[in-house]
Amino acid sequence: MHELGIAENILQIVRQSVPEGQTAAVRRIKLRVGKLSGVVAESLDFCFGVMIGDTDMNRAGLDIEDVPVTSKCRECGNAFATDDFAFSCPACGGNSIEVVSGRELEIVEIELADESGEQI
Amino acid sequence: MSVITIERKVLEKNEQIAARNRQIFQEHGIFVLNLVSSPGAGKTSILEKTFQELRDELNIAVVEGDVQTDLDAQRVARYGVPVIQIVTSGGCHLEATLVQDAVGNLDLKELDILFIENVGNLVCPANYDLGEALKVVVLSTTEGDDKPLKYPAMFLNSSVLLINKTDLIPYVNCDLNRLRNNALQINPSLRIFEISCFTGAGIPEWCNWLRKKEV
Repeated sequence: MHELGIAENILQIVRQSVPEGQTAAVRRIKLRVGKLSGVVAESLDFCFGVMIGDTDMNRAGLDIEDVPVTSKCRECGNAFATDDFAFSCPACGGNSIEVVSGRELEIVEIELADESGEQI
Repeated sequence: MSVITIERKVLEKNEQIAARNRQIFQEHGIFVLNLVSSPGAGKTSILEKTFQELRDELNIAVVEGDVQTDLDAQRVARYGVPVIQIVTSGGCHLEATLVQDAVGNLDLKELDILFIENVGNLVCPANYDLGEALKVVVLSTTEGDDKPLKYPAMFLNSSVLLINKTDLIPYVNCDLNRLRNNALQINPSLRIFEISCFTGAGIPEWCNWLRKKEV
């Protein structure tokens, strides 16, 4: 629902991170998106496409890695996947659970085309 | 091709402002609660009941978040409680910067408790830190007992669950035990209060908890 705002944040961070004058060379932005982040990848992709529309970055695309929810039991230390969102430990039944991954919403890397070799 | 590795959080700007808000709230000793729920679950009604119980003992203020209108602010203002209305004009959640601007208009020195009533939405507000001490999720019995499983992030990120409209249990398809179990399956440390703004049931227990938290 709020993917347009997220796309805007991504563009801002990319513009801050790429050396001056090279934003037109951005081709791929790698993101890590957790299942608990509330972001729908297809929607984000669509919004990002709208945002870059007729800007100098219009040859950039998103490369989204989905991050599953994994948890760790504070009582027995067992680490486990939490795809069904049942946050109790399958090993000891403990209820003190720490979510280790699944909340991510991060930009990992930005790929730029070489100035000389204008591929794609 | 060349690659720049950056490893930055997309919402880092929001998190920075939220951290600043949190620091300001802590410096002033204000207990800040971020109220989240779907539209119509009863956030504003709960605030009204809470004011009736606590306004003579504690200094309370409210930041209201709505997509449109200041109807909620008008309701809250009737109780003599300072209120700042944020109209998001379509935005589906509050962000830390909106709260930062809003609290700039409140006299923080006098405050004990600040309620931030988020935009009615069980999805997006889960992921935006506003600088609150904790999130309170409100779920009404008319919404059904399966909602914690359908919107897990909200229940996972909240510390308190207020189950509202318990007076309607005889008329709706909602099993209170199942609702509690579903919520605790997502977040075993949730503190749960069963309340009814219509009959007033459970409101004293909720307000007692607030008193203890505030002190």
